[in-house]
Amino acid sequence: MTGREITLSVENVSTSFFTRAGVVKAVDDVSFTVGAGEVLGLVGESGSGKSVTGFSILGLVDPPGRIVSGRIMFAGHDLVTLPEEEMRALRGARLAMIFQDPMMTLNPVLRVDTQMIEALQAHADISREKARIRAAEALAQVGIPSPDERLKNYPHQFSGGMRQRVAIAIAMLNKPDLIIADEPTTALDVTIQAQILYEVQKLCRETGTALIWITHDLTVVAGLADRICVMYAGSIVEEGGVDDVLDRPLHPYTRGLIGSVPSRNRRSKKLYQIPGMTPSLLNLPPGCRFRNRCPRADEACTAMPELRELAPGRAARCFHPHLGDQA
Amino acid sequence: MTRSAAEPLGPARGRREDTPFRRFVSDFAESKLAVIGLFGFLVIAFLAIFAPFVTPQNPYDLAQLDIFDVRLPPGEVGRSTGITYWLGTDAQGRDMLSAIIYGIRVSLFVGAVSAVISLAIGAVVGLVAAYFGGRVDSVIMRVVDIQLSFPAILVALILLSVLGQGVDKVLIALVIVQWAYYARTARGSALVERNREYVEAATCLALGHRRIMFRHIMPNCMPPLIVIVTIQVADAIALEATLSFLGVGVPVTEPSLGLLISIGFDYLLSGKYWISVFPGVALALAIVSINLVGDQLRDILNPRLRK
Amino acid sequence: MLVYIIRRVLQAGLVIVVMSVLVYVGIFLVGSPVDILINPEMSESEMEAVTKALGLDRPIWEQYFIFVGNALKGDLGKSFVFGQSAIKLIVERIPATMELAIVSIIVSLVVGIPLGIWAGLKPESVSGRSIMAGSILGFSLPNFWVGLMLIMLFAVMAGWLPAAGRGRTEVVLGIDLSIVTLDGLKHILLPSITLALSKTALVVRLARAGVREVLPMDYIKFARAKGLSNRRVIFVHVLKNIMIPIVTVTGLELGSVVAFAVVTETVFAWPGMGKLLIDSIGNLDRPVVVAYLMLIVFLLVILNLVVDILYSVLDPRVRLQEQRA
Repeated sequence: MTGREITLSVENVSTSFFTRAGVVKAVDDVSFTVGAGEVLGLVGESGSGKSVTGFSILGLVDPPGRIVSGRIMFAGHDLVTLPEEEMRALRGARLAMIFQDPMMTLNPVLRVDTQMIEALQAHADISREKARIRAAEALAQVGIPSPDERLKNYPHQFSGGMRQRVAIAIAMLNKPDLIIADEPTTALDVTIQAQILYEVQKLCRETGTALIWITHDLTVVAGLADRICVMYAGSIVEEGGVDDVLDRPLHPYTRGLIGSVPSRNRRSKKLYQIPGMTPSLLNLPPGCRFRNRCPRADEACTAMPELRELAPGRAARCFHPHLGDQA
Repeated sequence: MTRSAAEPLGPARGRREDTPFRRFVSDFAESKLAVIGLFGFLVIAFLAIFAPFVTPQNPYDLAQLDIFDVRLPPGEVGRSTGITYWLGTDAQGRDMLSAIIYGIRVSLFVGAVSAVISLAIGAVVGLVAAYFGGRVDSVIMRVVDIQLSFPAILVALILLSVLGQGVDKVLIALVIVQWAYYARTARGSALVERNREYVEAATCLALGHRRIMFRHIMPNCMPPLIVIVTIQVADAIALEATLSFLGVGVPVTEPSLGLLISIGFDYLLSGKYWISVFPGVALALAIVSINLVGDQLRDILNPRLRK
Repeated sequence: MLVYIIRRVLQAGLVIVVMSVLVYVGIFLVGSPVDILINPEMSESEMEAVTKALGLDRPIWEQYFIFVGNALKGDLGKSFVFGQSAIKLIVERIPATMELAIVSIIVSLVVGIPLGIWAGLKPESVSGRSIMAGSILGFSLPNFWVGLMLIMLFAVMAGWLPAAGRGRTEVVLGIDLSIVTLDGLKHILLPSITLALSKTALVVRLARAGVREVLPMDYIKFARAKGLSNRRVIFVHVLKNIMIPIVTVTGLELGSVVAFAVVTETVFAWPGMGKLLIDSIGNLDRPVVVAYLMLIVFLLVILNLVVDILYSVLDPRVRLQEQRA
């Protein structure tokens, strides 16, 4: 890791949901850091806890869930213990989030300019006219034509890709230090996806904004991120530089994930799938959570492995990592 | 959702048979208010059915009344009759308690009978409309829509002003006002059922229309209709009370609660509140308990509303 | 948009025509129109004269057209009791009824929406649950009973408010209004609360259901992620979304409010159309009853039409769907 200053430091954070059926440990002892201007990919399948991690950072975990332990250091504050008033001052100003489904992110009965101007006025004493001008500039920056007219439109008058651009524009309005993007391109066409990825990357490089990109799609992360963290069943199982992890995965799960990407499979051979299913978070097996599906598991794996640094900047949570192998 | 055997959730259900009826009862009992409502309703129904045996006096029998006992406040004892007038007497010397219980009888009778008749008519019409579809359906539904867009009370008022007084006329008016609501609901359910496979199967067997409609489709439309009947009985009782209060409802010889309230209204301002207020309380209790039951029924029987 | 409006207007017109036929046929079914429209206290020769004048000796369909013709001219017969034109009697009382109806609707919205939102935000709390229990009481208790109780409590026992009648009125824009005077406000308070009660219960339920539906939506979370204050999230983002069904239902219930005003006016001796109707029914003043009926039909149809059009204006999604269609 280069000697960048650290924008966000997540330290041993656990978030659980206290439901009638039991306690769901959605995020279990997760730690990572993001440097200024860095792009971190948070990769995992549905239910791995990646979205909940994002919400935890922003303090938007809804009951019956809450953060049960850990620290989240940002701008000199611990976000976990920060009072709500101050948290609100940070949200949308220095910390922003982009959600997955552009259809549902914007309020359908309010105009786009209303929704952008309020984001500006919530954090600064700025007049409507000045805010409107800033909003139009932001729309232009994300590549929306005729921004002044478009501001007067309602969300349903935009296409899916356009709506997501609007969401990105809103996220960047107050020039945040960190943006968390929760699968923002999953609901979009592949071509639009590529465009949005490019836009976001460009913007972040230009403004030096740190970015956490949450996704289940390794191909997306490959071209975009500097480093990635792989999550499984609520904890981080591997982390490192993106090229490193993708070329030389240490954890068997990461290996399985990469192996099951269609482009990596030879034609006419059966598509590789990791055997078994993700365990229910209500009923986790003791020890390593990947144990039941791992080809390398043995009795040692009934104890929980720690996330250990196995090489400079590379860590994995496994007793039998793939050291020295190629993917 | 996996649940490990070591942690049973909720009371162990292994002992008794978990029949749909038991589940229904336990679902219903989840709302304490609804149980209270049911209890209240049962008390009221009991009073209504056994009125002659329960009341100290038959308020319609003029021979039992003492003209000197008029407008007595609650708690007084009649001199010649020897009855304790727990709730006072009215302008004719009638014991309010007896009058109220007999009044409940009339109110409940009118409300329940009109609701049931409306249900029968409305359900049949709705079924026919859904089953035959096309023109028949459009025409019927237009009539239903127009009927429903007019406030019930106005329609009933006008009808009664033209028909005159009498319990039977009130019943007719209430039925005319209510059937459309059942028809619309029945049609909705029947439309859904009509497209199901068992109807297709029955048609293939060349069963007659009537048989298919009533033996096959109708039973499946019953749940939403049952919910509506409960709430409509309360509405019918309220409507009859309102109409009687306005003077177009049941005749003075068989006063329902609404009429009793109306008679007592004039005495309200002079402080003789009991002639109006007690029947009013009885009416409110009857309506509210039925509504509580109906509300809970609706919550249980409607799959969409389950949390 | 224009096509939609024209279509709805034509439909409305059709309904009015159908209803007028029904009313007319209804009169015939019940008895001879001679009995209904002619004062039974008139002498033989007077009756004959009126019969000829009203054309009651002509065949039914001719009479219907005469009826319609007269109606369009504004003549629906003379009241037996007052001797004046029935229509004129009713129209004079429209401001009183509408004043009561509109104040009631405002009360139901102003009280119902905040209560419903509160119940939606804290559904498991004591206050939330009691609001919902109260709403059941609200729409089950009969209108007249509530009025009675209010009179008992506030007029008879406490003596704070008057028990009947309309307060002093002042002419505003050519119409007699009572809400502009203090006396008038005191008089309208109890009746409007009575009339508003069941609508308030309805609004409370709608608002609560709306809040429960909207709160978990992504766009609310996104609004929070922008750092908006809780107040803004609820009163702008949530509120605007729940208003649409509330306004629609309120609009649809307008007719019912005017109808139930009949009861409230009777209880509180409020000099509106409704009280006139009840009095006329009691006095067998048939022309007034018929005139009221026709007027109400007309009013309701117009009301429904206006609500339909307003709804499409309010919801931008509906507006654009219509445009595309």
